[in-house]
Amino acid sequence: MSLKHHLIAPLIGNNPITLQILGICSALAVTTTLSTAVTMSVALTVVLCLSGGVISLMRNHIPPSIRLIIQITIVASIVIVIDQFMQAFMFEMSKKLSIFVGLIVTNCLVLGRAEAFAMRNPVLPSVMDGLGNGLGYSLVLLIVGALREFLGTGALMGVPLVTTVADGGWFQPLGLMQLAPSAFFILGLLVWLVRAMRPEQVEQPEFRLRAPEDRRS
Amino acid sequence: MAELFGPIRQFFARSNDDLVKIIGMAVLVAFVSSAAVSVTAVMLRPYQEANRAAEQQARMDQMLDTLPGMRELMMGSGMMMESGMMGAGVASLETRLVNLDDGSFARDADAAGFDLAAMLQDPEASIALEPDADIAGIKRRANQSPVYVLQKDGDLMLIVLPVYGAGYQSTIRAALAIEADLVTIAALAIVEQGDTPGFGARIEEPDWLAQWPGKKITDETGTVRIELVRGGASTPYEVDGISGATRTSNGFTNILRFWLGDKGFGPFLTRLRQEGL
Repeated sequence: MSLKHHLIAPLIGNNPITLQILGICSALAVTTTLSTAVTMSVALTVVLCLSGGVISLMRNHIPPSIRLIIQITIVASIVIVIDQFMQAFMFEMSKKLSIFVGLIVTNCLVLGRAEAFAMRNPVLPSVMDGLGNGLGYSLVLLIVGALREFLGTGALMGVPLVTTVADGGWFQPLGLMQLAPSAFFILGLLVWLVRAMRPEQVEQPEFRLRAPEDRRS
Repeated sequence: MAELFGPIRQFFARSNDDLVKIIGMAVLVAFVSSAAVSVTAVMLRPYQEANRAAEQQARMDQMLDTLPGMRELMMGSGMMMESGMMGAGVASLETRLVNLDDGSFARDADAAGFDLAAMLQDPEASIALEPDADIAGIKRRANQSPVYVLQKDGDLMLIVLPVYGAGYQSTIRAALAIEADLVTIAALAIVEQGDTPGFGARIEEPDWLAQWPGKKITDETGTVRIELVRGGASTPYEVDGISGATRTSNGFTNILRFWLGDKGFGPFLTRLRQEGL
């Protein structure tokens, strides 16, 4: 598998959110506006690349019995450092994202890629895999964030695109879009769309219902 | 150098299932990670502190801008001229510290260096509130609080009280501006809140805040009466609550009741009514 493959595959074909359903919680929380979604995407992509690189670099010396705690320690340190940088140089944004930057640590996506990929692959492919997955996550976040901000407030990146009723225009903002459940609706529709276009992504049911008489006999 | 690297190479050559290697790796990772985190935190602290200071300044400016008629008042009192046009509000509105227990001004204290978070940590500088008294949900209250005073020729024109407490899912911080009679509300500004967008968060909306000027905080006997009510407000002490945000509305009533009451600015307001500034 080429480096390019690691980068391209997670965008749609193996997207961490729509196919693997990882990293959902933060996708709900930070997508009320496009600007928070962009910042969160960048932060998560950086964390994924760095943690992939560092863990891959140490992979031959991580004892299997304590590998998870070592991975989480590394991820947590990277996240704290990034959070500190944001508080120093992007203060407004770090206030908006509040605890969600810190919660990147618990984003299943980060630990998932560390465990599934970086532990078994050389540094460069691991960084590419982190970048690819970060971009795949970002793509979904940006779509959800753009839809939620536009439908919920009539603006994008804080710039009003249509005049709302409150300002004397015709557009009635959909308040629901600013609440967490709307992210579920949009994510669900996205998953549906992707799987309708790519039926090979549809999962087979793990269990099938058996006919009742089977149990009797 | 070779002697130094010898043991290190030996250590890394050990099997990953070896106990020494396991403990060694754990210690190593912990040490390197904590060093990285501490170094960044210490190096970036000056930038972060500058950000926080700038934010407080911006909030003060914003608070003044949301008070209707505030700029005109200051224009009239000539303060705008003295301190220049830009950021004149902050310069001309005087910040003083109040001892909340007896309502006197803390003359010797440095109002600019007021640090609420530090005071709440310090058992000497703050008191724990009994659950019954703690209607604002703040657990501890500092012994001092800043107030912002606007005066003209020695007469009180306006006093701004900072209040805070629990809303529905966030801490609400607000600034309540009271006119010289110490009863009539001049304006209310929400400084910070994080309640549900579209519901509780509507306490920030100008339309809702516009109903506050002219309301009375206390009746003739000095009892605090101000409250948010469901349906239409019918008396000067009532303000329309926010529909769909009962907990935010009740929380905000309690915040005002607490801060205007005996444990809050009550003694201070009483003293002002009797003695003046």
